[in-house]
Amino acid sequence: MAVRLDKPWRRLDAAAVAALSSQLGVYQLSDDGATVRAIVRVDARSLFGLRGELARELAERGAGLFFRLEVNHQPRTRWLELMMVHRADHGGLPAWNPPEDGEGLGRLSPA
Amino acid sequence: MDLSLTDEQKLIVDQVRRFVREEIVPLEDGLDPDADSLPPEDHERLAGRVAEMGLYGLDIPPEFGGPDVDIVTRTLLAIEMSQHRAGLYAPCYNVFGGAGLAQMFEANDDQKQRFLYPMLRGEKKTFFGLTEPSGGSDPARAIQTRAVRDGEEWVIDGAKMFISGADRADFGLVFARTDPGKGRAGVTCFIVETDTPGFHVRRIVHTLRAARYATELQFEDMRVPHANVLGQVNGGFAIANDRVSRQRIPYAATCIGVAVKAQELAIEYAGLRETFGDKLAHRQGIQWMVVENEIDIRQALWITLAAADKARRGEPFRTDSALAKIVATEASGRVVDRAMQIHGGYGVTKDLPFERWYREMRIRRIGEGPNEVQRHIVARDLFGSPLR
Repeated sequence: MAVRLDKPWRRLDAAAVAALSSQLGVYQLSDDGATVRAIVRVDARSLFGLRGELARELAERGAGLFFRLEVNHQPRTRWLELMMVHRADHGGLPAWNPPEDGEGLGRLSPA
Repeated sequence: MDLSLTDEQKLIVDQVRRFVREEIVPLEDGLDPDADSLPPEDHERLAGRVAEMGLYGLDIPPEFGGPDVDIVTRTLLAIEMSQHRAGLYAPCYNVFGGAGLAQMFEANDDQKQRFLYPMLRGEKKTFFGLTEPSGGSDPARAIQTRAVRDGEEWVIDGAKMFISGADRADFGLVFARTDPGKGRAGVTCFIVETDTPGFHVRRIVHTLRAARYATELQFEDMRVPHANVLGQVNGGFAIANDRVSRQRIPYAATCIGVAVKAQELAIEYAGLRETFGDKLAHRQGIQWMVVENEIDIRQALWITLAAADKARRGEPFRTDSALAKIVATEASGRVVDRAMQIHGGYGVTKDLPFERWYREMRIRRIGEGPNEVQRHIVARDLFGSPLR
């Protein structure tokens, strides 16, 4: 499994959301299809998994965004890893993640 | 052999049991199903409660400020402290504190000042770096990480696998080969600070244990001062081995605690749930599963307490702790499996703790030395023959 989530970005729209499963996992959001703005985990506390959470993002943030996701039954540790990798690569958290997401985060230096 | 608890043990066990049920379990309703920590304010509040109870830092030796609780009582408490959803790998979410790296008690005075005391004060976090990509069950042969002396420094190159906490640690113990021709007598333990150039945490290793992850480390021309050698050069194997032997008793105890809780939930549910006009508790198939659970729990309990009692008396307990590790991990796995079965569909949901216990308990037959290696240890002792 690759350390970085480097799948192609997809447009976040109603059709894309409707096609998603309700599984657990992680997703990233972008406003330009290149820059990671948020890294989000979808765990068992979500009502409808990835589909439900990305539907919520679409409703709250509106059209024009991009997303990519990874179905993963261990969303918590995968989210922590993606956050650490992002901080190692870019020197900070994604812009839309709240500062508290960085609390207690470890240090990675991925190859 | 007196199997009864002393009045003091009864008092402390009851105190911790109430603490778990009244303080820890209710908090889990608001936590993620795979959470391994409490919000800081809750952690601080509960650690304060534990300190008031006089039980903070249970496994810290009294000469270093620990509460001087013997290993049998600590085993009984470990069984209590793990009786909640996160209990197997985060008993009471670590509000009871701990000694961290017990090997550091063997450090010299300078190392104690720089590493041990900050660790005990909670100012420095640690990791234990033994297992390598080439294996962990046979460290004497598997360790390929090399350390070569260069004046007053050692240059370390290599990799470590399945290392917990390294990404958040301030320092850790790294075992490296310092004399390639000497097998287990050619391994040295180094205290390595994680801000040392050449120290890399390359990735998280994702496993069944969703709450607490392991990491993969790489060392590239990492220079460590000779003053950071723990113990003697080429004396690292004994340090590693000692740690692994000591860990088996609490490792077994936490499995038993989870099994006890799973059994309690199974009995409660069987008394409530009705199928085909009668309660599950009245079905012989269910009754026998509960009885099998009880057999497993009691066997694991007594064999683990017997090992702890030998350790308390200062007698050799390697075989006993290996047996405890085998029996407790395998028996507790069966108990969780049966309790899950009794709960039917709900048993496999994240609404209940069984699915987390089921995943995490599976690791226990591998962690801290796979059960096959434990059997090897027991066989070696029974036949009186050394490892080849």
